[in-house]
Amino acid sequence: MSATAKKSASKTDGANQPFIYRQFDQEKLRDALRKMYLIRQFEEGAEESYMRGLIHGTMHLSIGQEASAVGICLGLSDEDQITSTHRGHGHCIAKGADVSRMFAEFFGKTTGYCRGRGGSMHIADVSTGNLGANGIVGGGLPIAVGAALTAKKMKTGNVVVCFFGDGANNEGAFHEALNMAAIWKLPVVFVCENNGYGMSTSVARATAVPNIADRAAAYAMPGVIVNGNVVSDVAEAMHEATERARNGEGPTLIECKTYRYRGHSKSDRNRYRTKEEIEEWMTERDPIEAFEAELVEFGVIDAAGIEAIREGVRKEIEAGIEFAKESPMPEVANLEKYVYTEQA
Amino acid sequence: MDAQVETATRELSYAQAIQEAMAIAMERDERVFLMGEDIGVYGGAFQVTGDLVERFGPERVMDTPISELGGAGVAVGAAVTGMRPIFEFQFSDFATLAMEQIVNQAAKMRYMLGGAVSVPVVMRFPAGSGTGAAAQHSQSLEAWLGHVPGLKVIQPSTPHDVKGMLLAAIEDPDPVMIYEHKLLYKMKGEVPEGYYTVPIGKAAVRREGADLTIVATSIMVHKSLDAAKQLAEEGIDVEVIDLRSIRPMDRQTIIDSVCKTSRLMCVYEGVKTLGVGAEISAMIAESEAFDYLDAPVVRLGGAETPIPYNPELEKATVPQVDGIVKAARDLVTGAR
Ligand SMILES: Cc1ncc(C[n+]2csc(CCOP(=O)(O)OP(=O)(O)O)c2C)c(N)n1
Ligand SMILES: [Mg+2]
Repeated sequence: MSATAKKSASKTDGANQPFIYRQFDQEKLRDALRKMYLIRQFEEGAEESYMRGLIHGTMHLSIGQEASAVGICLGLSDEDQITSTHRGHGHCIAKGADVSRMFAEFFGKTTGYCRGRGGSMHIADVSTGNLGANGIVGGGLPIAVGAALTAKKMKTGNVVVCFFGDGANNEGAFHEALNMAAIWKLPVVFVCENNGYGMSTSVARATAVPNIADRAAAYAMPGVIVNGNVVSDVAEAMHEATERARNGEGPTLIECKTYRYRGHSKSDRNRYRTKEEIEEWMTERDPIEAFEAELVEFGVIDAAGIEAIREGVRKEIEAGIEFAKESPMPEVANLEKYVYTEQA
Repeated sequence: MDAQVETATRELSYAQAIQEAMAIAMERDERVFLMGEDIGVYGGAFQVTGDLVERFGPERVMDTPISELGGAGVAVGAAVTGMRPIFEFQFSDFATLAMEQIVNQAAKMRYMLGGAVSVPVVMRFPAGSGTGAAAQHSQSLEAWLGHVPGLKVIQPSTPHDVKGMLLAAIEDPDPVMIYEHKLLYKMKGEVPEGYYTVPIGKAAVRREGADLTIVATSIMVHKSLDAAKQLAEEGIDVEVIDLRSIRPMDRQTIIDSVCKTSRLMCVYEGVKTLGVGAEISAMIAESEAFDYLDAPVVRLGGAETPIPYNPELEKATVPQVDGIVKAARDLVTGAR
């Protein structure tokens, strides 16, 4: 059964502040804002580099979905792992990756996280617990369950987060993965970023139940719906799911309702949704604006502090692109490297 | 011309030719319908279905959920029971999720039931590298399916052929898998108006020559023709065969050509080892053409690696014109 969306507690009531203000110190909250900006500006930088022909191929931008990536990863350590999706830049940054090496990957350079072999769709920073974006919708679901199986067998106490989109819930892999995670009570949290569409196909047209979280009932795990554009709501649901996972009680399915501002990829005419709908989300429900306003209201940051974060992020992005540009290309002689493990 | 009824031609892109074939088929036969991901208002990831949903409505241009195994299986089930579905994989790579229904069901149902049913399903597979889409969106796995009796597997290389072969595939009572190289979608060529078919299982000699036979598939036909042009300037006369269909394979056209030229090179984008070229080479080794060979057979195929993202590495992964020229020259001049 899916719980209903949690409401943020009254903002003026200090004793009953939203979850993150009770859970994390101010430094951590300011860093959460910084990460959201880092994601937004990274995406904008990637988009611009693509337009200018510096990046080829395709990419899927997560602008508008920053609160979900950051809210989910807020309480995780580098040892906790995630599996990500084709729309995975935000997850990678939220988990702690360095944007310079991400840009370098997009530029196809040896200094990139995948040494120029993977690109946007396979971005990963294993050192911060990111097992990788995925070009296959639903591809990460069983892998996350496998990672959680390792955590259980090795008694590491780590949790695994499996990010996936609303479209992925109609793949067989989703159903098989959730079932196994449930029967074996594995420490995994399934995080559906429901942005309303799988490419051009709306959830209503593709999925038989109104909410992805409704599917949880079939696999005997809690299904929680949150406003995916509110950092605190996301983080609170994640906290509960993490506790459950670490206590050996098994998986949770969290559905973050959110929205992507950009087209599906670089070739999208947006014929399946209206301009008004996009506008409405951008102007009324922007996750960064909302979080910023909240932080100011609770006295965590002031206008000057926000400006400093923005400026810092701007410089970090600029430096990242510069690093990517100047990094070396891989050598064709190494084409067949990394296919198999090199052995002595 | 192997087409049956041809009228005036005009220039269409490969993608437009496919779209036209599907529209003609839907107009001629109400059992024909399309299934796939984002083929409706989106028009398909490569705009192959385009605006067909406006013409034929969402009942005949059906968007499926992201469910390749189920979707392909539904198409098989509809085909067995009287419909004529054309199922589009958004990328051929995603057919790996549907292998069960393709390999265990579609290919074998007629046989297992002792001929009591047939499975007139058509599946379309946008394939190949060259778009910077990396390892999971760039593969050429046609040889996988070519290994399965019960399936027909074709790789049309021109707008003319893709229209005619798709129409032949829709008419065909058995499952036909069409591999379409993504870089061909924008390629233009003369395409006859109206209905015509190009038979499945017949290769085409695209260029006649005396010194060397190149058997190429899909986009490699064009690269081989470019190479042949360059080689002609050096006095090397290359015959280029467009295989068009890997199952069934037109053995005779290849054998005849090799008997004439005494040299064989296979050029294909799929990974070299255990690929289409292995079959062609072995087939020649088993045939009367073997005695005519003046040099070892050469295969140019994809490198033994997944497709990398970096564009230079990506290019190096599959045969390019320069590499074909060099390999052909070495073969003919005995440099190897
Ligand atoms: C198995 C598979 N099928 C289809 C695709 C093509 N594809 C890539 S993303 C996408 C939509 C995914 O929708 P969703 O899961 O909601 O994620 P979103 O793009 O909305 O973040 C599709 C159809 C794919 N990459 N893999
Ligand atoms: Mg979605």
